[in-house]
Amino acid sequence: MALAIILILLIIGSLIFNFVNPWQATPIASNWGSIDDTIFITAIITGIFFVGITLFVAYTLIKYRHKEDKPEEENEAGVHQAAYEPDNKKLEWWLTGITTVGICALLAPGLIVYNDFVHVPKQAGLIEVVAKQWMWSFRLPGEDNILGKTSVKHINSDNSFGIDPDDPNGQDDILIMSNEIHIQLDQPLKFLLRSLDVLHNFYVPHFRAKMDMVPGQLSYFWLTPIETGEYEILCAEYCGVAHYNMGGRVFVDNSQDYQQWLSNQPTFSQQYQKSLATDLADGIEEQGRQLAENSGCIACHSIDGSKSLGPGWKNMFGKTEKLTDGSTITVDNAYFDESVLNPSAKIVEGYPPVMAPYQFSGEQLEALKAYIKSIGQ
Amino acid sequence: MSYAEETEDIALHEPKGFYSKYVWSQDHKVIAIQYSLTAIVAGLVALVLSGLMRMQIGFPGSLEFMDANTYYQAMTMHGMIMVIYLLTALFLGGFGNYLIPLMVGARDMVFPFVNMLSFWFYLLSVIILFASFFVPGGPTGAGWTLYPPQAITAGTPGAEWGIVLMLVSLAVFIVAATMGGLNYVTTILQARTYGMSLFRMPLSVWGIFMATILALLAFPALFVSAVMMLFDRLLGTSFFMPEMISMGQQLDHKGGSPILFQHLFWFFGHPEVYIVALPAFGLVSDILSVHSRKKIFGYKMMVWAIIAIGVLSFIVWAHHMYVSGMNPYFGFFFATTTLIIAVPTAIKVYNWVLTLWKGDIHLTVPLLFAVAFIFTFLAGGLTGLFLGNVVVDVPLSDTYFVVAHFHMVMGVAPILVVFGAIYHWYPKITGRMLNDTIGKLHFWITFLGTYAIYFPMHYLGILGMPRRYYDSSEYEFIPQSAHDLNAFITIAAIIVGVAQILFLYNLFHSYFKGKKSGNNPWKAASLEWMTTETPPIHGNWGEKLPVVHRWPYDYSVPGVKEDFVDQTVSETQLQAMIESQKVKS
Repeated sequence: MALAIILILLIIGSLIFNFVNPWQATPIASNWGSIDDTIFITAIITGIFFVGITLFVAYTLIKYRHKEDKPEEENEAGVHQAAYEPDNKKLEWWLTGITTVGICALLAPGLIVYNDFVHVPKQAGLIEVVAKQWMWSFRLPGEDNILGKTSVKHINSDNSFGIDPDDPNGQDDILIMSNEIHIQLDQPLKFLLRSLDVLHNFYVPHFRAKMDMVPGQLSYFWLTPIETGEYEILCAEYCGVAHYNMGGRVFVDNSQDYQQWLSNQPTFSQQYQKSLATDLADGIEEQGRQLAENSGCIACHSIDGSKSLGPGWKNMFGKTEKLTDGSTITVDNAYFDESVLNPSAKIVEGYPPVMAPYQFSGEQLEALKAYIKSIGQ
Repeated sequence: MSYAEETEDIALHEPKGFYSKYVWSQDHKVIAIQYSLTAIVAGLVALVLSGLMRMQIGFPGSLEFMDANTYYQAMTMHGMIMVIYLLTALFLGGFGNYLIPLMVGARDMVFPFVNMLSFWFYLLSVIILFASFFVPGGPTGAGWTLYPPQAITAGTPGAEWGIVLMLVSLAVFIVAATMGGLNYVTTILQARTYGMSLFRMPLSVWGIFMATILALLAFPALFVSAVMMLFDRLLGTSFFMPEMISMGQQLDHKGGSPILFQHLFWFFGHPEVYIVALPAFGLVSDILSVHSRKKIFGYKMMVWAIIAIGVLSFIVWAHHMYVSGMNPYFGFFFATTTLIIAVPTAIKVYNWVLTLWKGDIHLTVPLLFAVAFIFTFLAGGLTGLFLGNVVVDVPLSDTYFVVAHFHMVMGVAPILVVFGAIYHWYPKITGRMLNDTIGKLHFWITFLGTYAIYFPMHYLGILGMPRRYYDSSEYEFIPQSAHDLNAFITIAAIIVGVAQILFLYNLFHSYFKGKKSGNNPWKAASLEWMTTETPPIHGNWGEKLPVVHRWPYDYSVPGVKEDFVDQTVSETQLQAMIESQKVKS
């Protein structure tokens, strides 16, 4: 009896919870309201089965529970007996039929919307999202509307996207080396997704769409942004220890704001030439800064002094730190070099031993140190 | 001539002393208990790990040692232990081992020595797995799905040695499961007693039988993927490793496919869901029938549903990969097959409910757990319809909706059956009843607590909250109320976790102090309750094997005094019982 009442209360409670809880989907900012509709349809149909079956179980438990003082349910010998019910083929076929209808009512709209999801409209623009542990960057095809060829082989500190320097299509590609990207309102957009290292997943909750990014291949999805604003990007496929820390931002701009933003972004050839030149001309700090960005250091080491996966860089040199073995050490050039080349040798207390060894040259280490020291000032 | 007759005269390997009786035992009942206790110990470790994880999610920073590294290691080990080393081992190695020979009327498994080896390989796999807590770098934190390249590259905890031990342990486990599985299948097909036709077997045996076949066909996919990943990690091959960089350095790998691993993993992984679910389906059917004193509704349909689910489970795997970057057109096919599998599954739910209908329902602890299973499985199964329908899955995948769904459907639901089944068969295993009051308390906390944990969790997923996040406090779209809900869920999880002490206490206490049960305390009709001794002696049956005349669900037969007719009663005996009853009245 208690069980039946609890089941009824659970159903009532679940229904109330469903309608009054504060945790609903984020306001939609893309054309995929149709996906929200399929969720709604699924919730209605499954909800009916959930409530119906559970209430039937509760009713059964109340009506057919064993009762000691019910002589009408006893047989001639005074023993309680259940109904000796044979199979009910007709009922079974009815139930199978109703279930099949319910399943079709779920599947049909689902597949129709999915058909839209996999077919990119012809007028869609193109943007490439590039992921690596644990940061985002973006590439636009430029005036020729063709993205230049890429290969892991071409990746170096001057060319973090790995664009083929000899491919003419790549010269006008626009590179956005930042976690922040702008896209244009009402313009259908195909997101080409590429990963340089492990699996990632480009996910903006307000857009509903998401897709894994797989090293060695391209994946895609498309959408049309329908609300201007600023939305968060998340990584939705586990990609190692800083997975949770791989945020970014997408700004949906009206056409005027978008064009203004776009005109300030450098093309690959501009950036590449500049980068090659700065290696010689620019200060050593600038070289260190580029190295830190391209090697992924700043995913775990903040430059504002805040604590992240690894120790922050601001005012780091000269600090006295306690190590996990209980001893203390002053952060100097020698300790820094060792921590890059062999990170697990001496770990500062409070940080996980996750950093991989980096094989930097002596010059690169000098540049990095110069950059880090310049942050502190 | 059936195997049963052939073996009548062959002497069993009689145990000679303490060691051959309790340690190097070849008796299926002892092996079952060895399997079960090892699985429960592994499960308790995984339970503690989940508590530590939940502390970080609900109260970030509350545990000093819980850095991102430790969090991901706890998460990975929790998942893998629960799915493989607890649920698979307990249902097949534990319940399968104990119940199959008793339910089909065999004296033991057909290969007792292999059965013994199966347990020792299983124990070895658990030891290897736990050893990874003590190697440099600790256990792997790759997530229980172990997706490469991340599982074996820098930036993932335990990418040096933890992952190697994990893969080796899985390979050893699969050897154990194969030795056990061949035994279960052969015993069911060859060693049934006189009159025990396939359609006279209890649904427990059918569920375990089909699950074992799935295991034998699905585990090889995991085995090869484990070996291939070991090669990638140790020998520098590139099965799953494309040309890529890692931490700014170019790796030597070239040409491999990370998606290939996912296909292999889920070709195993989806049948694995049913390797856990089908035994639970079988056991719960028997519990419902016995305690509502009514024949199982639609027995044949139930058997065919088990077979249909088993077959279909091999063509739905890529519904775990809708947003994996595989060819998106696969989505149409896998969404259709996945939703089709809901039909035989729904039939099973209806038949459980209709078994209760017009029954004489005894609200015993096993029945409480069985009804709680129906409710939880219903909830978890229906949310599966969201995730199976490809486009609905797109926004929900990799969120807490998925976490809530699979914990309901293949975590809590099978565990509720495990509890119900232990309350139901403990008297046969030990000769004593478990304590009823503690059992009810344990039931209510576990049932209501798990619903409080997982029902609201779905809404975090609808909100878009991603899973596998060590810390999500920096994201602005997640409101404070969601973090408060996580704190609530953590409190509920801790309560449910601690409440399991009640269960352990009950197991331990009742073994010495429980009420004596006799041979058949529930007045059940199936063969395992017909042993002459409880617990059954070595060889299970006395001089002669039992002879079976009917199916195991003859409850409340009209005209008979008792409300059950056991499987060994012949048609003539039944007529005599009915006649004598007529005479009395």
